[in-house]
Order: sequence, then structure tokens, then C-alpha cells
Amino acid sequence: MSSAAMEIPYSVEPRPDTGLYNGKVGIWLFLASEVMLFGALFSSYIMLRVGSDAWPVHMLNVPIGTLNTTVLITSSITVVLAWAALKLKEFNKFRLYMGLTVVLALTFAIIKSFEYRSKFVHYAVEYTHNGQVIEATGHIEGSPWNWSLKTLQNPDHPIESIVFHPDAAGHGHPGEGATIHAGEHEAVTIATKDIHKLESFGPWHHTYLAIYFTLTGLHALHVLGGAAVLAWFWITGPAMWRTDPERLTNRVEVTGLFWHFVDLVWIFLFPVLYLL
Amino acid sequence: MSHEHAHDIKQATRKYIYVFLALLLGTVITVIASYIPFGSHALNIAVALFIASCKAFLVAAYFMHLISEKRMIYGLVAATGFFFLGLVLLIVFSDADQLMSRP
Amino acid sequence: MGKPIANRPFGDGLMSHAAATVASATGSEGNDAHHDSGFWRKYIFSTDHKVIGIQYGLTSLTFLLLGFLLMTLMRWQLAYPGEPIPLLGPVLEKVLGQGMAFKGIMSPDLYNSFGAMHGTIMVFLAIVPLAFGAFGNYVVPLQIGAPDMAFPRLNMASYWVYFMGGVIMLVSFFIPGGAAKSGWTSYSPLATIADMGHRVDGQTLWLIGMVLLITSSLLGSVNFIATIIQLRAPGMTWMRMPFFVWAQLVTAFLLLLAFPPLEAAGLMQLMDNLFDTSFFLPTGLVVSGNPLAVSGGGSPLLWQHLFWFLAHPEVYVLILPAMGIVAEVIANNTRKPLFGYKSLVYSAMAIGFLSFIVWAHHMYLTGMGTKISTFFQTTTMMISIPSVIIVTTLFISLWGGSIRFTTPMLFALAFLPMFGIGGLTGLPLGFNATDIQLHDTYYVIGHFHYVVAPGTIFAIFAGIYYWFPKITGRHMSEFWGKVHFALSFVFMNLVFAPMFLQGLEGMHRRMYDGGATYAAAGGIEGLSQFALKLNVSISHAAWLLGWAQVPFIINLFWSIWKGRKVESDNPWEATTLEWATPTPPPHGNFASPPTAHRGPYEYSQSPAPNGFTPQNEPA
Ligand code: HEM
Ligand SMILES: [Cu+2]
Repeated sequence: MSSAAMEIPYSVEPRPDTGLYNGKVGIWLFLASEVMLFGALFSSYIMLRVGSDAWPVHMLNVPIGTLNTTVLITSSITVVLAWAALKLKEFNKFRLYMGLTVVLALTFAIIKSFEYRSKFVHYAVEYTHNGQVIEATGHIEGSPWNWSLKTLQNPDHPIESIVFHPDAAGHGHPGEGATIHAGEHEAVTIATKDIHKLESFGPWHHTYLAIYFTLTGLHALHVLGGAAVLAWFWITGPAMWRTDPERLTNRVEVTGLFWHFVDLVWIFLFPVLYLL
Repeated sequence: MSHEHAHDIKQATRKYIYVFLALLLGTVITVIASYIPFGSHALNIAVALFIASCKAFLVAAYFMHLISEKRMIYGLVAATGFFFLGLVLLIVFSDADQLMSRP
Repeated sequence: MGKPIANRPFGDGLMSHAAATVASATGSEGNDAHHDSGFWRKYIFSTDHKVIGIQYGLTSLTFLLLGFLLMTLMRWQLAYPGEPIPLLGPVLEKVLGQGMAFKGIMSPDLYNSFGAMHGTIMVFLAIVPLAFGAFGNYVVPLQIGAPDMAFPRLNMASYWVYFMGGVIMLVSFFIPGGAAKSGWTSYSPLATIADMGHRVDGQTLWLIGMVLLITSSLLGSVNFIATIIQLRAPGMTWMRMPFFVWAQLVTAFLLLLAFPPLEAAGLMQLMDNLFDTSFFLPTGLVVSGNPLAVSGGGSPLLWQHLFWFLAHPEVYVLILPAMGIVAEVIANNTRKPLFGYKSLVYSAMAIGFLSFIVWAHHMYLTGMGTKISTFFQTTTMMISIPSVIIVTTLFISLWGGSIRFTTPMLFALAFLPMFGIGGLTGLPLGFNATDIQLHDTYYVIGHFHYVVAPGTIFAIFAGIYYWFPKITGRHMSEFWGKVHFALSFVFMNLVFAPMFLQGLEGMHRRMYDGGATYAAAGGIEGLSQFALKLNVSISHAAWLLGWAQVPFIINLFWSIWKGRKVESDNPWEATTLEWATPTPPPHGNFASPPTAHRGPYEYSQSPAPNGFTPQNEPA
């Protein structure tokens, strides 16, 4: 059997009756399944939200979210410009735009990771003070990461008390922690024995945070995966451009489609999680 | 889109820039709108989702070339859209009796 | 390696897929080292759709056996509750620990694990990979005249991801606490709290395994659809595709669009298990008297929706490829065109479409809204119409045929009434009112097993006997095939028919003692002694069904090397393109690229009565 017989047809040139090459059909099918994946998470979001007593609005850092949205939108245009550059046979431009796209993708991921971190150093605490149960949200002095009551009570390193900086009113978690009165923003020292509950704003804290972390986490995985593939074409592009420019162009188009989809998902995630 | 000529591509590039600007504008408007009380929060949600849908349309139509795709892809997108709506709406409606009777 | 490719026995038949490429790749310097790397490339990490199909086939047949063995052990506990399992009991105690099988007696936990894993293994690791992964991979590219799948490396990845998913499921039996215990449906909150003592419990591994299996299916379905759209040979128009290809196409769409929601749900349940989120945990949950320390606010119903959004289409994933196989075998063995080819195709499409909007008929008893129940009842009745059309069409196809009662044909013929019983008994489950009585009883178990066991499994046997000569260049023994058929047919029915009676009496599924406690209760709620006695007869029939597979297993492996050689590349005198390849087909499949000149089932048209005209024969 000659190896020519093993060429898969239409892997580069489009099939006449469908007008499509294989990779394009493949990526659109894949995106269809992705729509259903995120669709299921969106309907979960709706179910959880309509079934909840209190749903936080504007809880996340909106300026940072807006910035990240801009970053992602920009990466979407650079990737399409990279593809257009290949079409125009301007390879150096392709390298430039592709490189920019990768940088923007990584910027997005880094900003996101700072956002994540800020949730794990933000706490909700419930304690007794003068016989009164107080709920508050805020930060612990020294910004420790993801403590819980168990951390404080750890027999090896018991912590007697924490210095707690409550949030300014209105910045907490609606439905909780509304007990802080104006003028009480100074730090308070709370003894461990008075604390009933201490929990960071991780996914366990509220179903809003659960769906927030799941949706954005899955999205971030897509960003990282996409960035890896884009970087791969940035690195191997020059060699492939010499041997098989058509194939490279197709692959960049296909990856670009995936990348736009990642952008498109974020276009919905941003208002749904940050603004509403 | 392999049959495109350099000229078309140059034209398309200009279009991409306009789309990009529109997307930025849309982002700014959603953020601002989310701070304006429209009377009912549902209205805020509707506005934000409407803007997001417009942005998504722009991305899909221009960046993803859906505005001039092959029939096969249209079919696939339509079917997916249908099942997506089925998934979201039926799940939400199935809870309707409970939701309506919530205090 | 220099022998001609055609008419090679399986042993080096598999080799010959590779032989040519190895030869051309290694050229004159072919040496042992090259041969070694060749072996791994050609049989283990092959990208040839046929080798991958065979890999899928062997792996999933092994899982089928395993799933069945779990059930034979459970059947002992059902027939003789609380008695030590003979022979295997002490082995279980050794391997899984005293807590699981003290003195060889199956513990309730072990029963639950085996039940959940029987369902999971059968559905996700045995039947789907067999019907879709194995047959689809091997046959679809051949039938459409393609050299391979559109994305061969993706195809290989899909197999290995499936394999890893399977390994993780198997490993879960041996971790502290044992495998998942909450049924193949894994309803929350039960699935999250069942093994609370262990941070990483059987359910966690189940979920990780499922995520891998789903990923594998997604890769596979993208590949199948792209292949069928893009790689059809010249002249292979949509309406000239064999029905089997249509069935696989619709199946692939179901997997593509229905599986992702379960993947999402799986991730969320994983979060519930590992990170204490409350996606599916309602507020105020109390476990063994203690309030659960989670935020609450989640929705158990949400899990059920997302699960059944997949799992209903999944039952069509289990049955559509089976219908495809049966259609091929029937057309070939009646020696006449299928009756109503187009209605078959449109019905398959209608099933595919409707199967996305019937899922909540599994949830009538959850307190879901009444209007929405009515909606799902209506769509459920609608979907039965195309199913009936398919079965009827296949029945009518028999009319006036000069039937060859070969082994594959016997299995295909048996499929029709067996699936018929399975389908008809489903109607009462689709009606809201009757489902109140029947839900979660052995009636349900009987119903869906008629669909998947004497239904799909029989179709799979038909497919194995039918395509074996193409794969290996040899026939399986007809005599032992018929013995296998007769015994399987009898015992299958003896296993599953009585379950309807038990179910109608109200015997609940997933019961550790097979309902003995209920029977002891007496009175109106009590189960009759007769229903309990049926447990014993069912179990014996199930074990005999197991023995009835011995002739098959021996026949399968014996025939690979010792079976009667095929007399030509087209021993069944079939019309579709897979028979136009050398036997076994080499890497790249066709000696020269084929062209389709006609529809798939041109039997007894011309030149002679009982004649046939292959699809690739020019007009
Ligand atoms: C051919 C031999 C088989 C026998 C004797 C058998 C028997 C049974 C029995 C008795 C149960 C009920 C267990 C209980 O409720 O406690 C059961 C459950 C089940 N079986 Fe099978 N089965 C067979 C094959 C299959 C096949 C081929 C499939 C797959 C597609 C399958 C899928 C299931 C599922 C999904 C369940 C439900 C598990 C659960 O409760 O979560 N079975 N089987
Ligand atoms: Cu169903």
C-alpha cells in the first residue's frame, strides 16, 4: 500500500459539496458540545439563583472584571488579525499578532488568579461578643490564606485570637453580615474561643461562589488550553509556513474559532457574575 | 473562506476593527447600566443580557465568520441553539410550580 | 511479511493492517528494533480505525463479562439472602476486605457497590463502546468508502481516554470504602453523603472516571460526524448510505450534544464531594442526626435534570447502533432491499431529535410541576412513534424474502420481538399515572433490560458473527453459533420476563435482600412468596445464561485461528462497500478508491433472482 492511499482527503482543501475542510467541521462540532457544556452550567446558575434567598450583586471587583473583559476582547481581535496576516502572506505580522494574543491570554489568566486569591483571604466570621452573636465579613490581619476554625484550633499551632478588619458597610455579602454599624470599621480582636464559624469566601461559602468558581475555573482552563495551542503555532509556525502554509492557515483559523468562542463565553460570564 | 482575495481580506480587517470598537463600547455600556436602577432588577438583567447577546452576535458573525458560512455549519449552529434552549428553558420551567408558590 | 494481504487468518491478519506500512517505513533496514516500535505503533497506539475498533471491541467485551459477573454475584444474594457465596465468597473477602464480604456473605455496601458498578460498567464501559466505539469505528469508514477516520490521532486518543476511565472505575473497587454505591444514576445528595468518612471515596473516582469517559465519547462523536460528512466516497450521497451509517451518525449527535451537561453535572458533584460546595445539597440536610456543615441552597432536582438530559438520549445511543446492525443483517439475509429505507432514516432522525426533550419522564415522582409532567408525557408518547416505525419496517422487510437462517440472522430476528417487548412495556412507564405504581420497581428493570440485553446485546452478537469474516478472513462456527443463540434466547427470557411480575407486585429495585423483608411483613404491602421464589429461578437462569456464553467465547477465539477460511472477500454476498475491500482490509482500506453507483441494498434486482449488485458496481 503506498502511503498516498493513506492521505486523509480534505484535510487541507475544502470538500467541494460541503465547501469545508475537515478541521473546520471538527471544530464547529466541538464548539457545539461546548455550548451544551456551558449551557448546562448556565441553567444551573439560573436554578440556583431563583432558588436562593439572597444572591449577591456587584460582589466581585467590577473594575478588574472590566479590565479583564477588555483584555480578552483585544486578544480576540489580535487572533483574527493574525489569521488575516497569514492570508495576506505577511508572516511577520502573523508572528506579531499571535505573540500578542498569547501575551493577552496570559495576562487574563494572571489577573484572574489575583481575583481568585482575594476570595480566599476574605472571610465571614460568626462570634459571640458580650453575649451577642455577631456576623461579620472582612479580612484577618496578615491576610492569611483560607483559614477556618480548624486552623485556629490546630492542636500543634493553636491560635488564641485573630485581629479582624471588617468590610465597610455595603461591601459584604447581602443577606449576611449586615450587623456591622457605621463607625465600627476599626479592627476588632476576636478570641478563638468566641468564634463559632470562620470561613473564607471559597466555593463552599455560598452557591453563588460555587457556581462562580466552577464557571470561571472551567473558562480559565479553556483560556490556558487555548493559550498553549496558540503559543505552539507561534513557535512552530515558521517551520510550517515554509513547508505547508495552507495547513498552517487552516489551523490558525480553527484555533481562532475556538479562541473566539472562549471570548464569547466570557461576554456572558462577565455580566452574569460581576454585574447582575 | 479560502477563496478570499487580498483585497477582501483588507476590507475584512477594517470590519474587524469596527467590531472591536463596538465590543469595547458594549462593555462600557453594560457596566454603567448595571449601576442604574431601572425600577426592577429583572429589567437590569434583561438589559445586560441583551447587550451581551449583541456582543456575542458580533463575535460570532464577524470574528467567527458566521455571517458567510456554509449551510452545513448553519444547520449545526441552529440545532445546537435549539437544544441549548431546550436544556435551559425546560429545566427552569420544570421548577415553575415551586417557584410560583414561593413565599 | 511478504505474503499477499487477502485471505489471511486473524493472527497475522491484524499484522497485515500494518505489514505494508511497516515495510515501507522501515525499507531495507528493517530490523528487530524497528519491528518492536512497529508493534507498539500498529497494535497498541495505532491510528488505524480498524485496529482501534478491535481494541474497543476486546476491551468492552471484557467489561461486558465483568459487568455480568458482578450481577451473577448479586443474584446469589437475591436468591439466597445472607448465605455465603459459594466459591467466590472467600475470594471477595480476601480481595475486598472483611467489611465487604464477611465470611463470604455479601454486605449491603458491597451489594450497593456492585449494583451501581454493574449499571455503570454495562452502559458506559461495555455497550456504548461496543456498539459505537467498536462497530462504528470498524465499519463506518468502510461502509462510506473512506480510507480512515477524519482525525486518526483523535481516534486513538479517544480509545485511550476511555481505557483510562475504565481503569479508574476498576481501581475504585479497591480503595477504602469501596466503589460508588449510589446507583448508576448517582442521585445527590445520596451520592455525596454515602461515603462521608472518606475524603476521596468511590463516588469521587466514579466522577473522575465519568469525566474521562465523557471526554472520550465527545472526541469519538466529533470524529464520527466529521468523517461521515467529509469522507464519503464519490457517489455516496446521503440517501445511499447504509442505514447502519445513519444510525451511527444520529448516535454521534446524541453523544455530542447530550453528554456535555452530564460532564458539567459531574464537575459540580465533584465540587460537592471534594470542596464542600452545595450545588445539589439543599438547606437543612441532616445526616445520621447531625446537620450537615455545608452552606446549602442547592438543588437535588438539578442533578436529576442534568443526569437524565444525558441518560435518556443514552438509551437511544444504546439502541440505535443495534438497529443499524440488525438492518444490515436483515437486508443481507432476506436477499431483498429493506422495506422503507427512507422511513428508517427519517425515523432515526426523529428519534434523535425527540430524545432531547423527553428526559424528565424519569422524574415524574420528584414533585416536578404538573404542567411540565404533561409536556414530557406527551413528548414521550411522540417518540414511541418513530421507534415503532423502525421495528415495523424491519418486520415488513422480512415479508417475501428468501431468508437465510444464518447465526447473525437468528440474532437479528430475535432482536425484533425482544426490542418490541422492551419498547411496549415502556409505554406504561411513560404515562404519569401508571408510573406512580411502577416507578423504581423490578418492572422498570425488566423493561430496560429487554431493550439492552436481549435487544442490544443480541444485535451486537449478530454484528460480531456477521462482520467476523471481514475482520479475520475466517468464519465463526455456525453450529456453535446456533447453540449459543438458542441457549441465550431461552435464558434471557427466563431472566427478564419474571421481573415484570415481581415489579407489578411492587418489588422495589436495588433491594439487598430481594424483598424478603417486605414479604415477611405480609398484608397488603407484603410481597407474595411466589414473587420471592421467582428470585431463585431468575438467578439460576442468569447463571445458566452465563454458561451459555462459553460456546461463544470459545468459538470467537478458536475461529480467529482455526475457523473456516472465507471463500472470497464477500462471503455473505453483500452489497455494501465494506465487502469491496481486501480481507482483512489493509491500512488505508481500499485497493483503489471506491465509487458508489447505487443505493445500499440492491438485492434480488438483477441479474438473477437472489442476485445482488454491490454499491460500487458501475451501472
Ligand atoms: C445480561 C445479563 C444482565 C442481567 C442478568 C442483569 C440484571 C440486573 C438486575 C437484576 C438489576 C437490578 C439490581 C438491583 O436493582 O438491585 C440490574 C440493574 C441494572 N442493569 Fe442489568 N443485567 C444484565 C445486563 C445489563 C446490560 C447489558 C445493561 C446495559 C446497558 C444493564 C444495565 C443495568 C442498569 C443501568 C441497572 C440499574 C443499576 C442501578 O440500579 O443503578 N444490565 N441488572
Ligand atoms: Cu428515558
